[in-house]
Amino acid sequence: MNDMTPTQAERTGKLEGLGCRRKRTEDIRFTQGRGNYVDDLKLPGMLFGDFVRSSHPHARIKSIDTSKALALPGVKAVLTAADLKPLKLHYMPTLAGDVAAVLADDKVLFQNQEIAFVVAEDRYIAADATELVEVEYEALPVVVDPFQAMAPDAPVLREDIKDKMDGAHGPRKHPNHIFNWQVGDKQGTDAVFDTAEVTTKDLFVYHRTHPSPLETCQCVASMDKIKGELTVWGTFQAPHVIRTVVSILSGIAEHKVHVIAPDIGGGFGNKVGVYPGYVCAIVASIVLGVPVKWVEDRMENLSTTSFARDYHMTTELAATKDGKILAMRIHVLADHGAFDACADPSRWPAGFMNICTGSYDIPVAHLEVDGVYTNKASGGVAYRCSFRVTEAVYSIERAIEVLAHKLGMDSVDLRMKNFIKAEQFPYHSALGWEYDSGNYHVAMQKAMDAVGYPALRAEQKTRQEAFRRGETRQLLGIGVSFFTEIVGAGPSRNCDILGVGMFDSAEIRIHPTGSIVARMGTKSQGQGHETTYAQIIATELGIPADDITVEEGNTDTAPYGLGTYGSRSTPVAGAATAMAARKIRAKAQMIAAHLLEVSEYDVEWDIDRFKVKGLPEKFKTMKEIAWAAYNNLPPGMEPGLEAVNYYDPPNMTYPFGAYFCVMDIDVDTGVAKTRRFYALDDCGTRINPMIIEGQVHGGLTEAFAVAMGQEITYDAQGNVMGASFMDFFLPTAVETPKWETDFTVTPSPHHPIGAKGVGESPHVGGVPCFSNAVNDAFAFLEAGHIPMPHHAWRLWKVADGLGLHA
Amino acid sequence: MSRVPVKMTINGRAVEALIEPRTLLIHFLREQAGLTGAHIGCDTSHCGACTVDLNAMSVKSCTVFAIQANGAEIVTIEGMAAADGTLHALQDGFRQMHGLQCGYCTPGMIMRAHSLLKENPNPSEDEIRIGISGNLCRCTGYQNIVKSIQYAAAKINGVPYQEAAE
Amino acid sequence: MIPSGFEYHRPNSVQEAVALLAQLGEEARPLAGGHSLIPVMKTRLSAPEHLIDLAGVSGLKGIRQEPGHIVIGAMTTQYEISGSPLLAETLPILRETSLQIGDPQIRYLGTLGGNVANGDPGNDMPAVMMCLDAEYQLVGQSGQRGVRARDFYLGAYDTARQNGEILTEIRIPVPPRGHGYAYEKLKRKVGDYAVAAAAVILTMTNGKCTMASIGLTNVADTPLWAEAAAQALIGTGLDHAAIANAAAAAETITDPAADGRGPAEYRTKMAGMMVRRAIARAKSRAQN
Repeated sequence: MNDMTPTQAERTGKLEGLGCRRKRTEDIRFTQGRGNYVDDLKLPGMLFGDFVRSSHPHARIKSIDTSKALALPGVKAVLTAADLKPLKLHYMPTLAGDVAAVLADDKVLFQNQEIAFVVAEDRYIAADATELVEVEYEALPVVVDPFQAMAPDAPVLREDIKDKMDGAHGPRKHPNHIFNWQVGDKQGTDAVFDTAEVTTKDLFVYHRTHPSPLETCQCVASMDKIKGELTVWGTFQAPHVIRTVVSILSGIAEHKVHVIAPDIGGGFGNKVGVYPGYVCAIVASIVLGVPVKWVEDRMENLSTTSFARDYHMTTELAATKDGKILAMRIHVLADHGAFDACADPSRWPAGFMNICTGSYDIPVAHLEVDGVYTNKASGGVAYRCSFRVTEAVYSIERAIEVLAHKLGMDSVDLRMKNFIKAEQFPYHSALGWEYDSGNYHVAMQKAMDAVGYPALRAEQKTRQEAFRRGETRQLLGIGVSFFTEIVGAGPSRNCDILGVGMFDSAEIRIHPTGSIVARMGTKSQGQGHETTYAQIIATELGIPADDITVEEGNTDTAPYGLGTYGSRSTPVAGAATAMAARKIRAKAQMIAAHLLEVSEYDVEWDIDRFKVKGLPEKFKTMKEIAWAAYNNLPPGMEPGLEAVNYYDPPNMTYPFGAYFCVMDIDVDTGVAKTRRFYALDDCGTRINPMIIEGQVHGGLTEAFAVAMGQEITYDAQGNVMGASFMDFFLPTAVETPKWETDFTVTPSPHHPIGAKGVGESPHVGGVPCFSNAVNDAFAFLEAGHIPMPHHAWRLWKVADGLGLHA
Repeated sequence: MSRVPVKMTINGRAVEALIEPRTLLIHFLREQAGLTGAHIGCDTSHCGACTVDLNAMSVKSCTVFAIQANGAEIVTIEGMAAADGTLHALQDGFRQMHGLQCGYCTPGMIMRAHSLLKENPNPSEDEIRIGISGNLCRCTGYQNIVKSIQYAAAKINGVPYQEAAE
Repeated sequence: MIPSGFEYHRPNSVQEAVALLAQLGEEARPLAGGHSLIPVMKTRLSAPEHLIDLAGVSGLKGIRQEPGHIVIGAMTTQYEISGSPLLAETLPILRETSLQIGDPQIRYLGTLGGNVANGDPGNDMPAVMMCLDAEYQLVGQSGQRGVRARDFYLGAYDTARQNGEILTEIRIPVPPRGHGYAYEKLKRKVGDYAVAAAAVILTMTNGKCTMASIGLTNVADTPLWAEAAAQALIGTGLDHAAIANAAAAAETITDPAADGRGPAEYRTKMAGMMVRRAIARAKSRAQN
């Protein structure tokens, strides 16, 4: 050793591996405007498609006249259901086992539903042509309120399946009924409720909202008729699944379908599904033999492609007088809109809603979900959460607050009393999950200490007294939430998409000079995969992250994977990455032993090299081993240094966190202002703290938006309201609160590097935290449950109802 | 409708074309000038993803007709780095401070910040938040964007960047 | 979202612009900053066949002082208004209002003339102009006329401007030195129209209010001049009772629509609340 020999810390640092706040690889192109998004793509002869959409929410289509549109110079085709029918493409299968109209056949079922697809030389002509298509309607009565959907005299919405009373998830009770799904012990739960000392029952409505990434859904389809091959570039969170679906729908063999997801401008669940725009662009390209582009505008995005939530959850808790929770019972009425197009694993019609017992040791529980059709856009996607986990966490975290208020207990004390204890992990919940790891009491205590919880409550008491004396018009709300997520779907024994198990994959190749290309079956939409997967590999293989290129999204080159949503990239593809790297390292160990002329049992791994045990100066670096893999191998060994891993996770991962929000509410205007928000997240092993903090900031901002106003509404006639960024509440930098982040680390015991996933936790935990803050501000006035979203006018009405404006 | 000639300087390069008067500046830049850095996010002038500099003012190019920019000097994100490829302080700042995730709003955000810093070389946090309030970001929650702009301001002003405590 | 096609005209003088408007008739629209017109053209709620871009017309920009008046050219942008030292000294309410319009990008292009002339009840400057008793100069082929802001707004998007006329400048009487002022705007977020907003100017002498004027934004199908509300303040010390009376008087003349900003009842009450807050702030700024 001399002074020039790098220390172990220096060698580790140079790798920029696990735990490093590594700057992002992606940013070099994005900050220069050199990202490559779908609408940036320009192909020779490319045409542009645009939709004629329904002005009615429910109507019979009496006629469609496309002649004027076809006569417009530059228009190449106008597709209607009549054109798709012979191809059996006027309907397409949904991930939820239903079918959805591609172009409306006899009737339209929601406003802005796709009726005809105009293809023209450019987007200006296409837009002009959509105005020239004449559609004659016969208006039908509408179903807007999901509670009226199964009324005996409710109009039948889905005439295409009205006689099919056996649905994808069992029998249907009514033509507008989709499924009934039950989990848990009904009898046992009812028995506890019958005799419990204290019970609560509230209807918690989680309103309809939309993921609304800044880039809308879009694609380019290009059919090469000579080669018989179809290439589709699109905003796809799950490109391989899209390839399989396209192959099945089109009849083109899967190896002749090339699906490419280039850079994606945010997804948040909006870009998992298959939409009519994709199907129509593909059909148009097949028919016309030239590339066809389709790009949604914002109004189309908000009003047609995949809403989220719209869960009406009647939630009950049973407890003892001193606050031990004994049972939980929930009935959900789920408004799915016109088609059941939820993006859930096949066997989970209500996603993982049965995580609704939350972070608490609740002995017995029962969950029942009924899905119904209404005259609204379809969807029900997992918007910045694992499947229906935001709904579940909102339900339990509101219920905890209601129960605490009824018991006269501080809600933090109630949580502490009922938390699953550290020694109970792995914990089996009453509704069937096995929580992998957690240390809830420690996390909650750390969060309470950080925010100075007792002092906040004291300040609140002082404020309440001043308010009662008329000295202030501001209420102080302290929001608490403690959430457990369930992410990383999922084990193929119970999770699949259209029959394909929800594993994921990684392929790693080390080149002779020691640099690496790695490809995964996931697809980043801003999460920074190019940066973080490289960090996993750097630590596993001792090659600097800067020498590793990560590629995703091209189904021709990447191994098959199920894509990125439900915070599954790190838990599943991240695990595959570590496992593939370990296969390479095992081979490298044999090569190193060969080069060092010792037994492979006599070498050991040390950061970036194998060294001879007890002789640290005798070593071969991974870079040297890589070279040898192509020219100096042990006898009989296959050359090269690469590996593929398909990782089928043994379990989900269960990230958790403790959030606190401090909010002032002006009772005279209803305006709420968040003055402090603290978020403690435990996502297991932390790969890149900088990226984790960024994910938390973003998730909290979306949580703030959803809780405080981000909503899709329909009027009584079924007209969709406010489908633009004027009305749909996306906060600017001015409205957005400042975020404080913190963490504990409880690794997942079953994940190769102990990581759990984080992108969605802040959204899942943030929404109830904001809502609890609002409710907490009014709780001392006995306001009862205050529903979201907490627009100023709604809070003003709450205050008005309490007589605060008299 | 008849076409009209339009002429402007984009990133220092003279561009001439014959266009339909209704051509929006964003489409002109993206489809005729081949500059795809500016994006369309909302179509209604709320999101600012289409922000470019027009005669040293940041404008939303989805709500400006290209013909209105006849004779104008336009700078887009593609014109921000130096000729030798050195990144502008804002481009560096956004990377250093993790001021972007999906990257879709970033070109507009940087162009807006560029104009902000020209008018106010040393803005406070509140001034930055107001200054970028015409630009929506769905990923970052703005906190790191604010830091990115502060970082760039410090770099431009030649002073060390000091991160405020969170 | 793509607008319909149109012919583009770029006159160099007011006379030329007015001649074009007369010649092209109802299918022609003047284009100022475009931030009201282009969005409605993109949704095709408006599809004019001709746009007459006023950007090249000389003499429509600028802020100047005349005896007792400030005169602002119609093509003067919100950005120029918020940055004007002359307005900061004489009519600070204009700076306060312009900074609450749209967002920074929109203020660079959005013009005062466009904001006051298109008749959108959500626009902020019309109520301020009513509050200040501004006069709009309209030029048509038959000559020039002045219309008081208080007489200009007839309904939503319906104003006293005749087809064929162009708004060239806005003349605003300068309120007394030391007057108090405020524009209080309640909105959901930056870039939104007001839930309700109130413009107030007033003067105080020896502790009593000697002059007051109040305008209201977006609580009826036109901007409103709340004459009785202002009257309720004159002669008072702007005590709680006087302010409450003014707010109540303002509320009675509102007739807001229910929309995403809230039900009508709320918006009426918020008009009153904005009046209260604007008066309080104006009072705190008034020199006695």
